[in-house]
Amino acid sequence: MTIVFYVIAAITVAGALAAMLLKNTVHCALALTVAFAGLAIQFLELDAQFAGFAQILVYIGAVAILVVFAILLTRGSETPKEGVFSKTWLAGLAIAAMVFAVLSWAVLNSTSSLPGDSPKPTVSVLEIGNALMGRYVLPLEIVAVLLTSALIGAVIVAKHEKGSAK
Amino acid sequence: MIKNADQIFVLLQHWIMSFFPSVLQPIVGVLLAVVTIICVFPALFAIAVLLERKGLGRMQNRFGPNRVGPLGILQPVADGLKSLTKEDIVPTSADAVVHFLAPVFLVVVVFMGYAVLPMGRNMTLVNMDAGLLFFFAMGASTELSVFMAGWSSRNKYSLLGAMRAVAQMISYEVPLLLSSLVVVMMTGSMNLGRIVDAQNQYSWGLPHWYIFTPWGFAAFLLYAIATTAESNRSPFDLPEGESELVAGYFTEYSGFKFALFFLGEYVGMLSVSGLGTTLFLGGWSAPFSFLTWVPSWIWFFGKVMMSICVFIWLRGTLPRMRQDQLMNFAWKFVLPLSLLNVFVAALWRFLGDGWARWGVCSAILLVAYFVMAKVGMKSEHFGPRSYRYAE
Repeated sequence: MTIVFYVIAAITVAGALAAMLLKNTVHCALALTVAFAGLAIQFLELDAQFAGFAQILVYIGAVAILVVFAILLTRGSETPKEGVFSKTWLAGLAIAAMVFAVLSWAVLNSTSSLPGDSPKPTVSVLEIGNALMGRYVLPLEIVAVLLTSALIGAVIVAKHEKGSAK
Repeated sequence: MIKNADQIFVLLQHWIMSFFPSVLQPIVGVLLAVVTIICVFPALFAIAVLLERKGLGRMQNRFGPNRVGPLGILQPVADGLKSLTKEDIVPTSADAVVHFLAPVFLVVVVFMGYAVLPMGRNMTLVNMDAGLLFFFAMGASTELSVFMAGWSSRNKYSLLGAMRAVAQMISYEVPLLLSSLVVVMMTGSMNLGRIVDAQNQYSWGLPHWYIFTPWGFAAFLLYAIATTAESNRSPFDLPEGESELVAGYFTEYSGFKFALFFLGEYVGMLSVSGLGTTLFLGGWSAPFSFLTWVPSWIWFFGKVMMSICVFIWLRGTLPRMRQDQLMNFAWKFVLPLSLLNVFVAALWRFLGDGWARWGVCSAILLVAYFVMAKVGMKSEHFGPRSYRYAE
């Protein structure tokens, strides 16, 4: 645990907290992006290049934009007058606490099952590629077919709408 | 002597580093490289802007800038000074923090992309395995800054421009990634240095650039279309269409922040040109084997400036597209073709050496192109051209 880790962790947690606590929904989305970026830098700090850059590409490049679009297209980014807390906040709090408990239990257990001071594994992008093309080729292909069909499906849906409109 | 000219910047870096104690040397080396990138590309930006204004003037039958300095070549200096001294206006209702952060974020992210570009032999700042992924990760982050600029300005033109820009950039990012994927498939690496090395071979004096293969040529054209749209250049410049949206997402910016957006756009254009050069045009390798004695960085920057000239030429030639045309073009023409191109590249790989694969791959791509163009034109119901007013 270096000082870099603590700095990045502080930024990530601050971003996540700001995402919950800020009043303006768009500000929340932007703060969430800071948390995503913090996680990506955390991956890079652990020498996981692929995971880090994929995190930036997918979460900052696509998910953050999607969140922002959803906010802008559904209702105004203004704060509602009756406050941002829903009536069922107690149940929400309980569920959040339970999820946090389960996650932290899993994380704490996983460290005890690993040997204590194991050196950082160095996994290069090449090795990830080889593993994906070798051992995990079937799941990869299934995901690839699913995504490609989704892509083609999107095009067909767009084409169909145009045809029926005319 | 020739070898020294090729490596002059590397040697210069090592010479300056030798003045420092060995503990500091790595840091000094990186700092030097970063400072060089931050100085060289804005200088190229100034040249590109001048070239664009002069070239557009030429194409539109006017002079272009010709007052500042001989032939107007000092115009970028005057523009820079002007934007520095202008008042920085922030609208009262604007979201001041986000409004300030947007141009800063854009420029930082755009410059980060240069870290992985091989600009000459041994001239890569960070030679990492996931170089291409890093470049696209940085490129995708610019969308956020465009949105921040448009939303924080509290101006309907800005917001409309930002929405258009983000929709356009997301749509064209898919063909951008798919067209670059082909190169990764063929090289077997995402390391940009290795991609250049794979193209830096010659048979009969001609280079093995990827553009000289059917799939590479198709991928290059798709890449060029996608990057033109990504950098919001004409004919895809709807997000900043002057006739509709004043200046799109940076309408409410003035003074140096406006200059930063301008810089971000051009430096982004230079960086995607650099990536296109690296992926398809052989990076820093010479176009003929008898020209390999010319320093590698001359080839890289020459190719980048040629790409900029093509961008300018396109801007002077093509009219702006409509929003629905833009989206239809992305999702119904560019995307299916780039998907098909991935299959063609795989076919190329497994057909083995010989002339058969040239014929098969070219035929598939050409037939697909003509059929899709025909179908696309038919659904648009284009009839004979009719004139209402200009008879």
